[in-house]
Amino acid sequence: MQLLLRYLPLLLLAMFWEIAARLELVSALALPSLTAVAEAWIELVKDGDLITNGAASLYRAGMGLGLSIVIGAALGIFMAWWRPLNIVLSPLVEIFYPMPKSALIPVTVIWLGFGDGSKILLIFLGCMLPVTIGAFNGARGSDRALVWSARSMGAGRLRMLWDVVVPSAMPEMLNGIRTALALSFILLVSSELIVSQKGFGYLIGFLGASGAYEGMYAVVLTVAFLGFAADRVYQMLMNRVLAWRE
Amino acid sequence: MSSQPQIVIEGVSHVYRPTRGKEVTALENVSLQVGQREFLALLGPSGCGKSTLLYLLGGFLPIEKGSISVDGKPVAGPGPDRGIVFQHFALFPWKTVRANIAYGLERQGMAREQREARVQSLVDLVGLSGFEDSYPSQLSGGMKQRTALARTLAFEPAILLMDEPFGALDAQTRHLMQTELLSIWQRTPKTVIFVTHDVQEAVYLADRVAVMSARPGRIKTIVDTKFDKNSRDVFKAPHFVDKVDEIWNLVRDEAIKAQGGRGM
Ligand SMILES: Nc1ncnc2c1ncn2[C@@H]1O[C@H](COP(=O)(O)OP(=O)(O)OP(=O)(O)O)[C@@H](O)[C@H]1O
Ligand SMILES: [Mg+2]
Repeated sequence: MQLLLRYLPLLLLAMFWEIAARLELVSALALPSLTAVAEAWIELVKDGDLITNGAASLYRAGMGLGLSIVIGAALGIFMAWWRPLNIVLSPLVEIFYPMPKSALIPVTVIWLGFGDGSKILLIFLGCMLPVTIGAFNGARGSDRALVWSARSMGAGRLRMLWDVVVPSAMPEMLNGIRTALALSFILLVSSELIVSQKGFGYLIGFLGASGAYEGMYAVVLTVAFLGFAADRVYQMLMNRVLAWRE
Repeated sequence: MSSQPQIVIEGVSHVYRPTRGKEVTALENVSLQVGQREFLALLGPSGCGKSTLLYLLGGFLPIEKGSISVDGKPVAGPGPDRGIVFQHFALFPWKTVRANIAYGLERQGMAREQREARVQSLVDLVGLSGFEDSYPSQLSGGMKQRTALARTLAFEPAILLMDEPFGALDAQTRHLMQTELLSIWQRTPKTVIFVTHDVQEAVYLADRVAVMSARPGRIKTIVDTKFDKNSRDVFKAPHFVDKVDEIWNLVRDEAIKAQGGRGM
């Protein structure tokens, strides 16, 4: 019931869409009815287009995001832990961070071609910095008394890093990863739209170009839903990992 | 006190140099010796450097001037021979009460079964049964303090550095913990340095009470308070009351100075 109430605006929007399309308040070309979109969606699932392209996209996003989390987190924590690394890397991070990563789409294609590699690299590069910065800030904020505490109970420097610095960095790092998750969808679809032979973005571009607007909307809505679902699941996991906070 | 003092502090000064703000001389020329198995209480006005002295002993801050040695060896970093109970607990917020208490034992490589038994006995000792799986954020101040106490007692350090370990406890629990600490100290060979603001507590627990001066902290006087503490009416005994009175006057003088002579 609460869930229903919460997503009521969404339901109303869907109804409004359906009515607007049925009454042809807007041209059927620009806005096909929701039921037509649903039919197209079932069609796309049946003939496998949505599945194969979706699988390709999820593989790219998963790989790119996975790499960015592992490498970004390690980088951020080591930057906080070891000053020289911080001195060398922070100017790079500062310059690179505000840059719109979609500008790298052609660059990654030149480097790695039209296939998975360029998408994975793009997502990796675009998603890494929010994770790095989150991990760095979190790690740097570790309470010195906790560090001392662990050291005085016999933890060596590496042990202390794992037992104190990493968990201290966790809340901010997980927030950084959440940003990265949203970014990965954006970068994925935009790179696939521009240069690709498969994936959600490719399918949207292809269906749109061939005038199959119902199908195009079906894919757009699928991507929107996946992005939303991924974020919800992530938040649930995050709350579980951070259960120790009040 | 045995022949050779276990802790020798000689001419130690400490200056804090914050990246912003001005330098603070927290300690100036502090010298102090603490014997094997001795219980020393450290009293002094707020901000006189008591915590700083414990941090230096713990090996957390660099010793820039003077020297500190433990068992004849100069202090060079933290180690499990010196267990510390921090003023602000310093519990790992992501670990449960049980996991916090177990941490030092894990680092020692104690076998799981033995460790669990030991943790449970400490949980019982500090009266936290039923809260083993709570996180620090779910505990009251006094419960956090007792967890911190149990965590340090668990790995049985030879030297206990305690920074107002009972400060957050109600009078009753405080008395229970005091008695418990005394009996632990009498049962096991331990040297204790115990920071407190409570003169009665200091006289009750300690063999000697060191009174520090207002900042920059120095050792002003050391008062001998070694006498039988096991009798029931020790708090009312005339020599006990006299000692409390004597030390209270010393502390009050320093507290007035710390306030800039504005009186109390
Ligand atoms: N990290 C720090 N940076 C700068 N100054 C500090 C720092 N820590 C402590 N000080 C200063 O050093 C002095 C001694 O501090 P310390 O914490 O040792 O006092 P204390 O005797 O333990 O006080 P209290 O009884 O209130 O706990 C204080 O005047 C404080 O302002
Ligand atoms: Mg203090």
